[in-house]
Amino acid sequence: MKKGYFGIFGGQFVPELLMPPLLELEEAMARILPSREFQDELASELAHFVGRPTALTFCPNLSAKLGVRLWLKREDLAHGGAHKVNNTIGQALLAKKLGKKRLLAETGAGQHGVASALAAARLGLSCTIYMGATDVERQSLNVRRMKLFGAEVVTVDSGTKTLKDAINAAMRAWIAEQETTHYCFGTAAGPHPFPLLVRELQACISREARAQMLAQAGALPDYVVACVGGGSNAIGAFHEFVPDAQVALVGVEAAGSGKPGDWHSAPLSKEGSPGVLHGMHTQLIQTPEGQILPSHSIAPGLDYPGVGPEHAAYQASGRARYVSVTDDVALDAFVTLSRFEGIMPALESSHALGWALANAKDMKPGSNVVVCLSGRGDKDLDIVNDYLAKKA
Amino acid sequence: MSTNILTQRIREARAKGRLGLIPFLPAGYPDKNRFWTEIDQLDEAGADIIEIGMPFSDPVADGPVVEHASLKCLESGVNLSWILKELAARKGRYKAGLVLMGYLNPVLQYGLERFGRDASSAGVHGVILADVPFEESAPVRAAFDPFGLALIPLVGLNTLPERMALYAKDGQGFAYFVSVLGTTGVRSAFDTGLPESIRAGLTAAKAAFDIPVALGFGLKHPDQLKALDGLVDAAVFGSALIRHIDAGGDSTGFMQVWK
Repeated sequence: MKKGYFGIFGGQFVPELLMPPLLELEEAMARILPSREFQDELASELAHFVGRPTALTFCPNLSAKLGVRLWLKREDLAHGGAHKVNNTIGQALLAKKLGKKRLLAETGAGQHGVASALAAARLGLSCTIYMGATDVERQSLNVRRMKLFGAEVVTVDSGTKTLKDAINAAMRAWIAEQETTHYCFGTAAGPHPFPLLVRELQACISREARAQMLAQAGALPDYVVACVGGGSNAIGAFHEFVPDAQVALVGVEAAGSGKPGDWHSAPLSKEGSPGVLHGMHTQLIQTPEGQILPSHSIAPGLDYPGVGPEHAAYQASGRARYVSVTDDVALDAFVTLSRFEGIMPALESSHALGWALANAKDMKPGSNVVVCLSGRGDKDLDIVNDYLAKKA
Repeated sequence: MSTNILTQRIREARAKGRLGLIPFLPAGYPDKNRFWTEIDQLDEAGADIIEIGMPFSDPVADGPVVEHASLKCLESGVNLSWILKELAARKGRYKAGLVLMGYLNPVLQYGLERFGRDASSAGVHGVILADVPFEESAPVRAAFDPFGLALIPLVGLNTLPERMALYAKDGQGFAYFVSVLGTTGVRSAFDTGLPESIRAGLTAAKAAFDIPVALGFGLKHPDQLKALDGLVDAAVFGSALIRHIDAGGDSTGFMQVWK
C-alpha cells in the first residue's frame, strides 16, 4: 500500500512548504515513539497526570432494562474530562524531543484546545490555539480555561468561522513557524502521519478496554460503539479489536436535526463522497463542484464535514459499520444515562450511547456492548437545559 | 517533449532583457463580467503569463486577501465549468500563456482526465495545484500529460536540494518559487533588500531546474524586481493586483507600474 494510505484514503495533500515538517514528524515517529525512553515517559504521564487506566464501568440498571450487558469505557474520567489528553500529552512529549518550543492547535468546541493548553503547561511549552469566531462565542468557558493554562487563543474570522476554518488557519500558521513549532493535530485525520500518530496515541483506549473486558466479563465484547466526528476516540476504541473478527465495530456519526436539507456531520453514513480536504483523501460533505459544505451537530465536537481516512477505509472494507443518530436521540441518551447510572456523558459520547440504547433490541440477548464514553457532559449542560425546557 | 508555451513566453521576456510578468486574479473577480475585461487588459498590457485562480472553500495556502476574493467569487457562482466554458469561448484571443491555479478537490470532482481535456481545449497551458506535493502528483500528471497540460511545480525556501531534484525531474512550464515561509500577501519578506535566505533559495532553484523559475508571494513594489535581476526569470503578482483593483484601479494601470 502507498505510504500514508489506508486503502484509497489518506495521503499528504499539503503545500510543498508543509512537507518538510511532515517528513520530520514521520521520522520522529519512527525513531522516538518506539524508544524505551519515550514509552516510559509517556506511560508515566498517562498514569500520574492523565489518570490512566480509566475504568470500564458495567451499567446494571440500563442492562436490566435493555436485555444486553452495557459497559462504558470511561474516557470522561481522563484529565481534562475527555480522551483528547491521551493525544495531546503524547504529541507534546514528542514535540519536546524534537526541540520544539511551542504547540499550535486548532479547536472546534474547545476540548482539544483545552487538552493542548494543559499539556503545554505541564511540559513547559508555549501554546497557540486557533478557534473559529463562532466557536469562541459559543464556547466561552473553554476559551477561559485555555487562557488560564497560559495559551494564546487566536480568533479565526474567515470562511464559516468554525472548526474547518480553524484547521486552515492553523495549517497556515504552521507553514510560517514550522522550525520552532509543532502542530498538535486534534483528531485522527489530516495529512499523513497525523492519522497514524493520533491513532497510536489513542489506542490505549482499546488496549485497556480489551484487557478489562477479558478480566471483568471473561469475554471479548460483541459490540464496540463510539461516536465519530474526526474519529479519534473511535479509532482509539476500535484499534486493538480490529483483528478480533467477532467484535462488531460501530461508528456513530451526528445526523443533526435529521430533517432533509438541514446540515449534518455524517459524511460516512449519509450523503458524503470521496474528496480531498485538510491534507487527506476521505469522505466529505461537499457540493458536486467540490466545495466543502458547512456541517452541523448539537455536539460541537462532532461538527466537522470530513472524517479520518482510516474510518473511510474501514467502511469501504466492511470491518466497521457507520451509522448516525439525530440530536434528539443523543439528548435523550444524555438524560437517560445521567438518571439511571449517575454518569453524565458528553453530547458527543451521547451519540454512541443513543445508538446502543436504540438498537439493543436487535442484538442477541446478553450481548456485551462496550460504549466509548469519550467525555463528560458538564460542558453541555446549557445546551441540555435549553432542550429540556423546550420539551417540557 | 516540445517546449511548453509557458517556458517560451518567459524566455521571450528574458530575451528582451526583462523578467517575465505573471499577474494572478481569482476567476470572477471583482465580478463575473469585469473579470474578463481585466484579463483582456492584462494581456494587452504585456503580461507574459496570466494566472487565473480557481476558487475553493478552504484555501490553506492563501492569505486573507486572496481567500476573501476567492470566497466572494464562489458566492457569485463561479465554478470550474463556468471558467472553462468562458475560456473556451475566448480561445486564441490571448498572447499570454494561461495558467489555472487552485486546489485539488474541485478538479478531482470535475474529473482529472475530463479537466485535463477541457482545460487544454479551452487554451490553458498549465495548472498549479497548491495542495498536490510531489508524493501525490503522479495521478494528476498521468491525467494531464496526454493533453500537453503542464503541472507546474511549487517549491519554497524550505525545499531541500533533494526535493528540488524530485520536482525538477518532471517539471514542466516553469517552477513557482514561494519567497516567504508564510502565505500569500501577508508578509513582505524583502521590503528592505533581498534577504540572504531568499537569494540562496533562488540560486538553488535555478541550479535545480532547467525550466524558468518564477518568484511569487511577497511582491509589493516594482523596486523589488531590481534586486531579483539574474536570480529569477519571472515574477508573480497576486495580492498586489487584488489590492490595486479593490482600491479602484484597473489592470492596465497596474501593469504600467510593473513593466
